[in-house]
Amino acid sequence: MVQTVIFYVFAAILVFAALRVVTTRNPVHAALWLVLSFFSAAGVWLLLQAEFLAIALVLVYVGAVMVLFLFVVMMLDVNFEKMRERFRSYIPVAAMVGILVLVEMALVILGGYLGDRSIPPEAPASYSNTRSLGMLIYTEYAYPFEIAGFILLVAIIAAIALTHRQRRQTKHQNPGAQVRVRREDRLRIVQMPAEKREP
Amino acid sequence: MGFWSQQPALAHYLVLGAILFSISVIGIFLNRRNVLIILMAIELMLLAVNLNFIAFSRFLGDAAGQVFVFFILTVAAAESAIGLAILVLLFRNVGSIDVEDIDQLRG
Repeated sequence: MVQTVIFYVFAAILVFAALRVVTTRNPVHAALWLVLSFFSAAGVWLLLQAEFLAIALVLVYVGAVMVLFLFVVMMLDVNFEKMRERFRSYIPVAAMVGILVLVEMALVILGGYLGDRSIPPEAPASYSNTRSLGMLIYTEYAYPFEIAGFILLVAIIAAIALTHRQRRQTKHQNPGAQVRVRREDRLRIVQMPAEKREP
Repeated sequence: MGFWSQQPALAHYLVLGAILFSISVIGIFLNRRNVLIILMAIELMLLAVNLNFIAFSRFLGDAAGQVFVFFILTVAAAESAIGLAILVLLFRNVGSIDVEDIDQLRG
């Protein structure tokens, strides 16, 4: 019973926050509503006994990706009013498509996944999501794990290579050129006859 | 036990995922000109899919679904980073992030 109430509370907050993400006028607000929806989703995942993934969602997604979104949103000085001009006219089509998609999915789901065989089996009290994930990731899925690491490395290199700007105005030393310098580059000896000064 | 008062069955979680997914689709329709909100709607879509995976993994007792969510989180983080980098570059070069201003390659 408590689980039901908690589920509906988190689900309601999640759905409301998701709606506010796509309808709010201010993109900073949209990013913050997205943060709230991720927190509520983490709560729902906790109900499903996936505590490691719930914390990973909060740490990685909210802590890194959403902070990145907020940085970019606040850095870009964009005129958002111009982009929302025709917002009102899109609403009928959008609502129709969205409700249609939802109704179709709900019909499929409610047909088969309701009922007694969909009640979850009781997990043992010593069930640790971290442990069961670790048992799989480091044995059966070790290769995809390494590939995921490479994907992150490629993302780092790509993001830096795309946005890095050369700083032209700073002076810096080039030790290789400094070491390669020769005596002739620095000093030139010129032979001149001595001048006699008239007394 | 009706739909609303029973303990959350698989259907409840899946319907929640479906609602999130359709909100994300609505969001892309409504904010077609604003690339930032489209990126946020994509994150919502990924969240809905992750919820689906975890619900099925719990109800079928197979942890492989949760391992896949782990990898989806990784790839989604990488994709957001690169997408935002492209957005920043676009803003530097064009001066706005309106989709209608990205028309230099028109045929």
